[in-house]
Amino acid sequence: MKQINSREVQEVLEGFTGKEVFLHLETTNGAYAAQDKEKRAVGAYIRNAKITILNAMIKGNGPFRIGLKTNDGWVYAEGLTDWEVDVKDRLLIAGHDAEGKLAVALQISITPFK
Amino acid sequence: MEKHVLVVFPHPDDEAFSTAGLMIQHTNQGIPVTYACATLGEMGRNMGNPFFATRETLPEIRKKELRDACAVMGIRDLRMLGFRDKTLEFENQELLIKTIGEVIDETNPSLVITHYPGYGIHPDHDACGAATVQAVRLIPEEKRPKLYCLPITRDREEVLGEPDVRIDVSDVIDRKIEALKAHRSQTEGMVRKIESEVGNPNSEILNWLSQEVFWIYNFNSEDNEG
Repeated sequence: MKQINSREVQEVLEGFTGKEVFLHLETTNGAYAAQDKEKRAVGAYIRNAKITILNAMIKGNGPFRIGLKTNDGWVYAEGLTDWEVDVKDRLLIAGHDAEGKLAVALQISITPFK
Repeated sequence: MEKHVLVVFPHPDDEAFSTAGLMIQHTNQGIPVTYACATLGEMGRNMGNPFFATRETLPEIRKKELRDACAVMGIRDLRMLGFRDKTLEFENQELLIKTIGEVIDETNPSLVITHYPGYGIHPDHDACGAATVQAVRLIPEEKRPKLYCLPITRDREEVLGEPDVRIDVSDVIDRKIEALKAHRSQTEGMVRKIESEVGNPNSEILNWLSQEVFWIYNFNSEDNEG
């Protein structure tokens, strides 16, 4: 993965507009956060949700935000820092914290994620 | 002396932190050790430090790390049970118990090690521990292997009392660190700290790694309470 260049990511996002795609969306602060009385473990993920993207945009100056307007609603993620298009042409976008731990992920693929 | 040791944890690297020393001591004596690992830790947050894995490459990376760690520990029988990280508590519990039960039937261990259900912090630890306890409970009492459970909550000693078993693994600490190192995507930052403290008798982390502690699961007292 490399640091997000919003212009490049925007181009890739636009390649998915008007298409039915599979979505992986995730946020987590880790199960061990439950140990800390000041915090609690918070997170959610959805893998292989089928959506049709009507409009996709990346915003911000880093960390970035992405919003996907879909046929039935919206998808939103913030705190995004790094990205790549992998060998299977999937768009993988992640937000890593200062220690390099993944805190948020938004991924789009034409074929289902394994 | 054990005949066969079976360790059941949900994530690659769970074994390295808590039972690698015990496992290495046993394989050193030629005693077979089986590691049944329920998931590939597909949803781990650690991606390396600095990060090199992605959510999609992490499963294959961790599978290789797990194999490498088993090689370091002398473990020839690694079972990857094929469940998905963070889903164990939502799985069909009968399927989970049956899958673990089949490994127990086949390996016929004299000692089984798993997380202490209810004291695992991570929901996968609790679910995997509970399924393993149940799989052992289904074995007739006279044939049951010993069951060591590992609680990891901070208040474990206040609630469960002192550990029943304390094993000094300082004789194999170098290989335990090698096993931790094999799980590079998960341990890189920590291993740097550990290695910088090698030789320091006051190192908190080295002292923690040099001793492995377990609580013997008591089926009878539970029956009494139940």
